[in-house]
Amino acid sequence: MLEWMSLLKDPNVQWIVLGSMLLGLSSGVIGSFAYLRKQSLMGDALSHAALPGVCIAFMLSGTKSILLFLIGAAAAGVVATFGIGFITRNTRIKQDSALAIVLTVFFGLGIVLLTKIQHSGNGNQSGLDKFLFGQAASMIRSDVITMAIISIVLVGICTLLFKEFKLLSFDAGFARGIGYPVAFMDQLIMFLMVVAVVVGIQAVGVVLMAALLITPAVSARYWTERLGVMVVLAGMFGAFSGFAGTFISASGNNLPTGPLTVLVATALFVISVIGAPRRGVLSKWLLRVSVRSQVRREQAVLQFRGEEQSQ
Amino acid sequence: MSTFWIILTGCLVASACGIVGCFLVLRKMAMVGDAISHSVLPGIVIAFLISGSRDSLFMLLGAAVIGLITVFLIQLFHQSGVQSDASIGVVFTALFAVGVVLVSVYTRDIDLDLDCVLYGEIAYVPWNTLQIAGVDIGPKAVWGVGLALLLCVGVIAVFYKQFKICSFDPVMAAAVGIPVALFHYLLMGLVSVSTVASFESVGAILVVGMLVVPPASAYLLTEKLSRMMVYSVIIGCSSSISGYYVARLLDASIAGSMISVAGGIFLVVLLFSPSHGVLLRKWKQKRQLQEQASNATIV
Repeated sequence: MLEWMSLLKDPNVQWIVLGSMLLGLSSGVIGSFAYLRKQSLMGDALSHAALPGVCIAFMLSGTKSILLFLIGAAAAGVVATFGIGFITRNTRIKQDSALAIVLTVFFGLGIVLLTKIQHSGNGNQSGLDKFLFGQAASMIRSDVITMAIISIVLVGICTLLFKEFKLLSFDAGFARGIGYPVAFMDQLIMFLMVVAVVVGIQAVGVVLMAALLITPAVSARYWTERLGVMVVLAGMFGAFSGFAGTFISASGNNLPTGPLTVLVATALFVISVIGAPRRGVLSKWLLRVSVRSQVRREQAVLQFRGEEQSQ
Repeated sequence: MSTFWIILTGCLVASACGIVGCFLVLRKMAMVGDAISHSVLPGIVIAFLISGSRDSLFMLLGAAVIGLITVFLIQLFHQSGVQSDASIGVVFTALFAVGVVLVSVYTRDIDLDLDCVLYGEIAYVPWNTLQIAGVDIGPKAVWGVGLALLLCVGVIAVFYKQFKICSFDPVMAAAVGIPVALFHYLLMGLVSVSTVASFESVGAILVVGMLVVPPASAYLLTEKLSRMMVYSVIIGCSSSISGYYVARLLDASIAGSMISVAGGIFLVVLLFSPSHGVLLRKWKQKRQLQEQASNATIV
């Protein structure tokens, strides 16, 4: 126990833990809207598509600045969403195939660029491959500050536009009818997702970033029927996963942070599936058992009365 | 000689994935392919830890099992009220995370490289050869992928009619007494087998590209399933051949280049396909409008 406390007192670890929590928080919040709009896998596609953007930003600038990566990945994400939309609108290819095509082709391009950078012998590139799986331990204070600002902006936008996003998630047709700029808001949510993904890449990596967008939101959905509660819960689940994942990773066994964070989020999901009130497996089972015994009791009473009357 | 082996492996991977992928694209299950290709990772690692060797047969088995578990879990969560795409996302990321953790726990004393598993290193294929009675009979990967290809072709050839009906009209298939669920899981098993056979050469993530991109391109070129499969194999093979040379030109990852070339081919097909191409259709529409306009003026 004392060891744990001393670990938390280490200022380096404090920064990393803070960064991961902020990341989990913001991706949980954005992920809730994505989940309700049935765009969960978009996060997967966007996080893969960010890779070539990050690589191009690095090739052009030669530095590992999170802000430049953000711009590169955002550009790549916008191109990817446009590509997915273009394919589904103009051909008979369905959305799932379009997602898979854009995802892998962008990722393939990203790998080509990444290996090209690695073979070019630029000393500064070392650690760029950490972006694939993430290594929160490599985050420094300035990174965390950038992440903090971005997360606060993300959560702030979601709070300010909560009513609009809510309407858009549940009834986009109605939103259009009363004159909301639906197409613009669509793009805005997509853009917020891209931003969350880019911020997250450094901590959990390209491949597992999707999980942080999906899993906390799905878990939160189990506990409530209200969007406000769900968003807050998803943010909390995300933040807790970030905290616990980083903590286990930092406590010395040299495991990568990203997968651990995802596993904590998955554990929360399993707990939600089993234990959530009303929607959970356990409570559904209890309900079924109680209903069945009630029916049996009523039938017994009816049968008894029937026998009485016939006598 | 090593060039030949690399290109041969690439073509075998492209063929196996291209054939199976056609059904995924038709059944709108491309993302399930993505999920399986990620989640076979723990299967590979566990099979490796149990058997202690990278011999393909054991790994194929482990991966096929975990692929089926993935599909089963996705359906389980979907039935309990999670949206299907979200349940895909939850399941495969969780299994993938397990795989990455397992690899990084045991990676210090075994030769299973994470990078290699994820985006493949087809360049090493020629050096890992199989020897029977002291005679070198070619790289292991070629035999593994070849075996998977044979299996896929065999199963699909035998049950071609059933697979076809199941992909176009599952309700009718159920009505005429085809065990739809069985064929569903059989297909998923084939997907996992071809994924695992290919992971060494193109990597777990890029297998999805081979599973989806060539079949989707073929889908835009033809209306017949059999022709779609042939086109998909041709597109896959040509992108792996040219991908190899692109990679040598750029000094970059071979697998990545293969997928990029496949993406390029898809883009060309998307724009210029005679029946479904975007540009050609626009052009036809324009000409029709002009014709109508000129007809109107004549009248």
